[in-house]
Amino acid sequence: MNGFSGTDHQVHNLKQQIAATETQLHSLKLQLQQAEQQAEAARHLSEAYQGGFPAEWMDETLVALQQDVTRDIAQKVRQEGGFEGAPSVRDAAQPRRWPLEKHEYKRYGRQLIMPEVGLHGQLRLKNARVLIVGVGGLGCPAAAYLAGAGVGTLGLMDGDTVEESNLHRQIAHSTARVDMNKTQSAMEYLQSLNPHVNYNRHEFHLTPQKAIQIFEQYDLVLDCTDHPTSRYLISDACILTGKTLVSASALKTEGQLIVLNNPPRPPGDALGGPCYRCIFPKPPPAESVLSCGEGGILGPVVGVMGVLQALEAIKVLTARAQRPANGGDWSTNGATSEAAPKATLLMFSTYNTPQFRSVRLRSRRADCAACSAQSTISRQSLTSGSLDYVAFCGATAPINLLPPASRVTATDFSRLPRDGSNVLIDVRDETQYAICALRGSVNVPWTGSADTWLERALASGLSFGGGRQHFVMCRFGNDSQLAAKAVMERTQTPVAVKDVKGGFKSWRDEVDPSWPDY
Amino acid sequence: MAARKSSQSHSGGLELLFSNQRKHKVSIPSTSDATTGQPSNVAFLIKWLCDNLMRDPRKEMFVLDDTARPGILVLINDADWELEGEEKYELQAGDEVVFVSTLHGG
Ligand SMILES: [Zn+2]
Repeated sequence: MNGFSGTDHQVHNLKQQIAATETQLHSLKLQLQQAEQQAEAARHLSEAYQGGFPAEWMDETLVALQQDVTRDIAQKVRQEGGFEGAPSVRDAAQPRRWPLEKHEYKRYGRQLIMPEVGLHGQLRLKNARVLIVGVGGLGCPAAAYLAGAGVGTLGLMDGDTVEESNLHRQIAHSTARVDMNKTQSAMEYLQSLNPHVNYNRHEFHLTPQKAIQIFEQYDLVLDCTDHPTSRYLISDACILTGKTLVSASALKTEGQLIVLNNPPRPPGDALGGPCYRCIFPKPPPAESVLSCGEGGILGPVVGVMGVLQALEAIKVLTARAQRPANGGDWSTNGATSEAAPKATLLMFSTYNTPQFRSVRLRSRRADCAACSAQSTISRQSLTSGSLDYVAFCGATAPINLLPPASRVTATDFSRLPRDGSNVLIDVRDETQYAICALRGSVNVPWTGSADTWLERALASGLSFGGGRQHFVMCRFGNDSQLAAKAVMERTQTPVAVKDVKGGFKSWRDEVDPSWPDY
Repeated sequence: MAARKSSQSHSGGLELLFSNQRKHKVSIPSTSDATTGQPSNVAFLIKWLCDNLMRDPRKEMFVLDDTARPGILVLINDADWELEGEEKYELQAGDEVVFVSTLHGG
């Protein structure tokens, strides 16, 4: 019996084991089914967002999601190799479901729903790196709008510090940040506007030696500087590094805007947009170049131009990439496929009707020094410092026209008797004269020409005679020398005329600290 | 000899050289040389402006080597004159020629 009962026990055990294994198998099958469903759901999720894109944007969007994609692929490989089970719900949720962060849909929603931007445009902005050279009247509004739009990386370059006279137009700076470096000041403003942007500070002025290395870190450059030397340098560096350049300028009541090297192509490629040298092969005479400090500027005028630069930058960055039919390089929408692209100059003039005017400019110049096949400007000529942009544009040397005997200091002038034996001629323009003037002075604005100025001086009752001593004074002490020289050289009888050295700037420094510093 | 109408506007500070007036409607001779009958072109217009319209004696602020100085764009009917044959462009009645001085401030 014992033998039978032992066999029965074995049978019973085996039955139990089979039942248990069947339960386990059933459970495993259920698990498999669930896992398959989960895997399918994960695939659907992934396809759900990818399926929302037109096929031609897919690659680009996937690049933006590259980290997630890489993780998905790695996981798949592990599964197929049997190293890992099917993804759990948790695993499926891990890859980012949406290409933008939650807060980005909110923050950029108003531009995101524009067909001109859309999801693909926002992703392009997010991947873009833009360099702003000059963080002043143009650079501040341009940087503000580009940061607001969600450009991924913004480079700010400026070696200047904030001055009180900047604040009426340079909107990223503030009263509390006077004397701070402009890139630092602007970054504080921009950080509070949009902390999700990477800001790179370049706390110095652009030099040919540094230009190439810095420009290579960016996709697009904005010229927000204020002098021809930097304008030629920035354009040359953009050609050499293949960057499109959005250039603007403003003075008094007018502004100009031009997009250069658009599309960007290497030197000698006629399908690239023209550069600054194509449009202006020769620099203007140095004496014709006026800065905002000298000529004046209305805040909104330079603001308008800086905002337009940001707009053009957004247009270039969000433009849909196209591969030309001939299978050549990628280019952007701005270019017509075969014809040599021309530049357009937008001019703004406060008191003109209409205020905006757009004119057609040329295409690349066949003999351009920078962007043609015969170009002479190379990376080497920039990095070695052998190209002298200051010499190319001509520097205005400080004027020193008169012999020492014909000049007095502001201090000495202030000690002269005020009994009518001395005549002060103030050669600043009428607007400045109306801001502040010395009592008894005669205003004869310098006209730029000795003959017409003398004519005007005589017309305003000056006789340059009567044994009286004449003094000429201006804002900084340059025009006054020209005027004094005109009197010396062009009047018949020798006239006692002297220039007040350093003009009203010295007057304020040496004599009257309360004199307006405008 | 019939006169041709052509208007110039100056922008970017150039108006200061032309009596501080932005727009001028001028009639210039239809030929620049009576004997050859050479039609007036932009080169002739620039010289004519210097001789007839510019009060400021600083000609070098407008002209260098008998043409518009560097830093001045010449636009013929809203296009760069380089697209139209530069100085050799023959003026038509009603043409608008604009001289723009480039700005550099920022
Ligand atoms: Zn060029």
